[in-house]
Amino acid sequence: MADVAGTGDLLRTPLYDFHVANGARMVAFASYEMPVQYPLGILKEHLHTRSSAGLFDISHMGQLSITAPGGHLDEAKRALEAVIPIDILGLPEGRQRYGFFTNDTGGILDDLMIANLGDRLVLIVNAARKSADEAHLRQHLPGGIGIERIDSALIALQGPKAAGALARLAPECESMRFMDVKTLKILGHDCLASRSGYTGEDGFEISVPEEAAEAIARTLLGLAEVEAIGLGARDSLRLEAGLCLHGSDIDETTTPVEARLTWAIPKVRRAGGARAAGFPGADIIMRQLHEGVSRLRVGLRPEGRAPVRGGVQVYAREAGGEVIGHATSGGFGPSVGSPVAMGYVETSLSEPGTRLFAELRGKRLALDVAQLPFVPSGYKR
Amino acid sequence: MLKFTKDHEWVKIDGDTATVGITAHAAELLGDLVFVELPGVGKTLSKGDNAAVVESVKAASDVYAPLSGTVSEVNEAVVDDPSIVNSDAAGAGWFFKLELKDVAETDGLLDEAAYQQLIA
Repeated sequence: MADVAGTGDLLRTPLYDFHVANGARMVAFASYEMPVQYPLGILKEHLHTRSSAGLFDISHMGQLSITAPGGHLDEAKRALEAVIPIDILGLPEGRQRYGFFTNDTGGILDDLMIANLGDRLVLIVNAARKSADEAHLRQHLPGGIGIERIDSALIALQGPKAAGALARLAPECESMRFMDVKTLKILGHDCLASRSGYTGEDGFEISVPEEAAEAIARTLLGLAEVEAIGLGARDSLRLEAGLCLHGSDIDETTTPVEARLTWAIPKVRRAGGARAAGFPGADIIMRQLHEGVSRLRVGLRPEGRAPVRGGVQVYAREAGGEVIGHATSGGFGPSVGSPVAMGYVETSLSEPGTRLFAELRGKRLALDVAQLPFVPSGYKR
Repeated sequence: MLKFTKDHEWVKIDGDTATVGITAHAAELLGDLVFVELPGVGKTLSKGDNAAVVESVKAASDVYAPLSGTVSEVNEAVVDDPSIVNSDAAGAGWFFKLELKDVAETDGLLDEAAYQQLIA
């Protein structure tokens, strides 16, 4: 038996005591001590989230508030459009969009959510990238634009019963649609909620004051339909939902075109659009949108039972031949009931149903290119 | 005679045959197992060789041969349903049996008290 990692000198979220009290196994993740699973275990936590409601601590993620001088939010929106190739100027108050920071070679520095609160924009970024993202913004946004860290806890409540559960504390949450943002009063505290998440299910991400985090988490967990869910199930849930993990499925070397995230880049930012280009790497991304790319991100479905994980090389043939791609993340999909993976393969081999082979422990195992997501999404549109 | 390794395997020695599995402690640390790959019957293993692979939802781990010998039997039930290892690691969740090459090698294994101390 190979070893199992421990934890070192790490940061803690405001919910650390909550995790320990609920029997979590804590592991190091992005400089934080985070719960990888609770006594229920990853499989049951995953299935519970798909059938009921799961509570996640995602306080390790970065939350940034962006403001403009004199409250002219359009200035902040324009400034952000210079580093993010999406439509932020057209983002209505009370709505959120998915986007990414690009670099000069068209790669993805990080992916993020951008919310318009009327008087400010709120960005939610990945834990491992939050310092780099903040530095990137300070370097690229004009001096007058305010960039402030929001020191709040962040809780996700995900699953088909999430809205019903949250509505018992904040009934107004039920009128929200997918990607709406709204301030909810929870146990007397103002909490900024978005109807979104990263599991493929309906649900909410809720920014709560640090001092209220434990009480709110405990109250939510006290609801019959809610279980605490760790990072292990969070990863298998997002993988089945076909959602990218920055650092694995997307990074500085993969472009949004290769990663098949071009749905996030609207017409207005593309060739011929009113605010075309004007972001780092625009020349490369525009050219790729026009001419295509040599590799694409795809779903991969192993035929057997052996999980195919990130880093595994993929071949077109059962024996010999060149490497034509690799898996970027993978594991067992509890809702699918078999292994699932995603990765990059040559464009000519990216059609769903294409038979490929993964090399695992010296053996080539059959796997097929699959449609993403692996499970239908439950978003409340 | 029940023995253990520092790699969290249990070894039940009966004459010159050893039955091998992973400990309940190891199964607990790994979490829900979803895949087990066992050696082929007839395979000759030296002590310390990679003998089997276990994968939980989260990660893959190797299972090493605790002693030298030839694989005489494997437990296909754990291949068909890896969760047996989580529910009964020390019993129905056994992995494989070895015809030992040198019974004296068992002297190098831990007894139960030493193993319990290791994981305490």
